[in-house]
Amino acid sequence: MSEYLKPLPKPSPTSLPFWDSVRRHQLKLQRCSACHKFIYYPRTRCPYCMGDRLEWQPVSGRGKVYSYTVVRRASHRAFMDPYVLAIVELEEGPRMTTNIVAPPESVRVDMPVAVYFDDVTPDNTLVKFKPA
Amino acid sequence: MSLKGKAAAIGIGELKPMKEPGPTTTALGLMAQVTAEAIADSGLDKRDIDGLLVGMPFSDPGFIYPASAAEVLGLEVRMLNVVDIGGASPAGMIWRAAAAIDAGLCNAVLCLVADMNRAGDQRPPTVSVQREFESPYGNIGANCGYAMIANRHMFEFGTRPEQMAKVAVDQRANALKNPLATFNEKPLTIAEVLGSRMIVDPLHLYEIVSPVTGGAAVIVASPEIARRAKNPPIWLIGAGEYANHATITYAPSLTESPIKIAADAAFKMAGLERKDVDFVCPYDCYTITVLVTLEDAGFCKKGQGGPFIEEHDLTWKGDFPCNTHGGQLSFGQPGLAGGMSHVTEAIRQLMGRGGARQVKDASRGYVNGNGGIMSEQVSLVLERRS
Ligand SMILES: [Zn+2]
Repeated sequence: MSEYLKPLPKPSPTSLPFWDSVRRHQLKLQRCSACHKFIYYPRTRCPYCMGDRLEWQPVSGRGKVYSYTVVRRASHRAFMDPYVLAIVELEEGPRMTTNIVAPPESVRVDMPVAVYFDDVTPDNTLVKFKPA
Repeated sequence: MSLKGKAAAIGIGELKPMKEPGPTTTALGLMAQVTAEAIADSGLDKRDIDGLLVGMPFSDPGFIYPASAAEVLGLEVRMLNVVDIGGASPAGMIWRAAAAIDAGLCNAVLCLVADMNRAGDQRPPTVSVQREFESPYGNIGANCGYAMIANRHMFEFGTRPEQMAKVAVDQRANALKNPLATFNEKPLTIAEVLGSRMIVDPLHLYEIVSPVTGGAAVIVASPEIARRAKNPPIWLIGAGEYANHATITYAPSLTESPIKIAADAAFKMAGLERKDVDFVCPYDCYTITVLVTLEDAGFCKKGQGGPFIEEHDLTWKGDFPCNTHGGQLSFGQPGLAGGMSHVTEAIRQLMGRGGARQVKDASRGYVNGNGGIMSEQVSLVLERRS
């Protein structure tokens, strides 16, 4: 297996529970106990109401492609082959930057997708999506 | 409180961008060059400059930057700061300078940006949350975000690639009349734009700015100085600023930008309608940026940017002069000085120094500065008073 050269997430104390659950192939997001909104990416306080009681809750992993692009020439040398960069809007509300694992020509705005956990290294899993 | 008529631009300095920097080129050296030009253009003495707003060059960044730049330039100042709002920094400097002058802190502020770009340079450094949640998926640099804006705009409003491409084409016609523009030799056609290499769907190579090396400076002065200045003073009569995200994924909308609030504030301060400006200088890192800006700044309805561009002539002699210097798409993007090119062009047009691309009877212009991925927005209305 060839070496993985793309940037990897360095979890912070705030985001560690997120990445830990992702490594177990579970998608959990913070939810604010005060305003009940789901939050992505992880915060220390709710960005909507500044509430400080944020609970980790499992989410469906279902969503839609809010928008996407096929990156044919990337700004980082590790991204050699064209890839689908996308913003997925989860059923629970938050939007995530991600990749769609599908042939680029098959991807459409508004397409339904489901979470796909990509174990890019033995210690690192990224949250990607596949057509649902 | 209002900044209307509280300060005016009285001098500019700007370099013709270089595709590759020379062996002795440095960002601080470029800053010194455009500072000398701007001071000479204003007719002031160097000792009259008592404020400095400067952009941090990616080629030579560091903490305590403003004092270092002031020291290199031999300036003694009563107010100094870095303005760090991406491509909106230069437009943001203009109203910050006016605010400092209006507050009585200083009298003549140098707004200064310069940078070097070499092929293959690394992207600017990012904050930890971007390294953690964006970079692993390849959301690196600005191209991807604007491509996703364009795709969403096409999905929501039926915007077509040839409508976006026309921005680059009309602006190239302007660049042909601008000796300072990097790409000013050959006209461009819509077919050529759409035939250029696809970089990030749906954006082609000729819809994306080219990084170059250069610099620009503007001197903003108090009414007392402006009234006896060598050049006709160009008054700031409206300003507005707004931001609601850094990474486009977390913006409230991909197709409605913070420009709306910034532009509304600027026109409200000016007490003017959109039709009262004679030309516009919207930030144009990509063709889609101009299209969305024209909608959100209120020159056409949301979603109608494509047809608007199709129906109007954006050249200097057209019915809707837009980026008469060629925009950054044809001028080139010398780091933050790319953003300043919209400000300097507006000042030139209003001073009557537009040369072969002079907009007839131009007395008011609209400028928009845009940072990041449609993030920080600064709208300005500038006026020449007879
Ligand atoms: Zn909350």
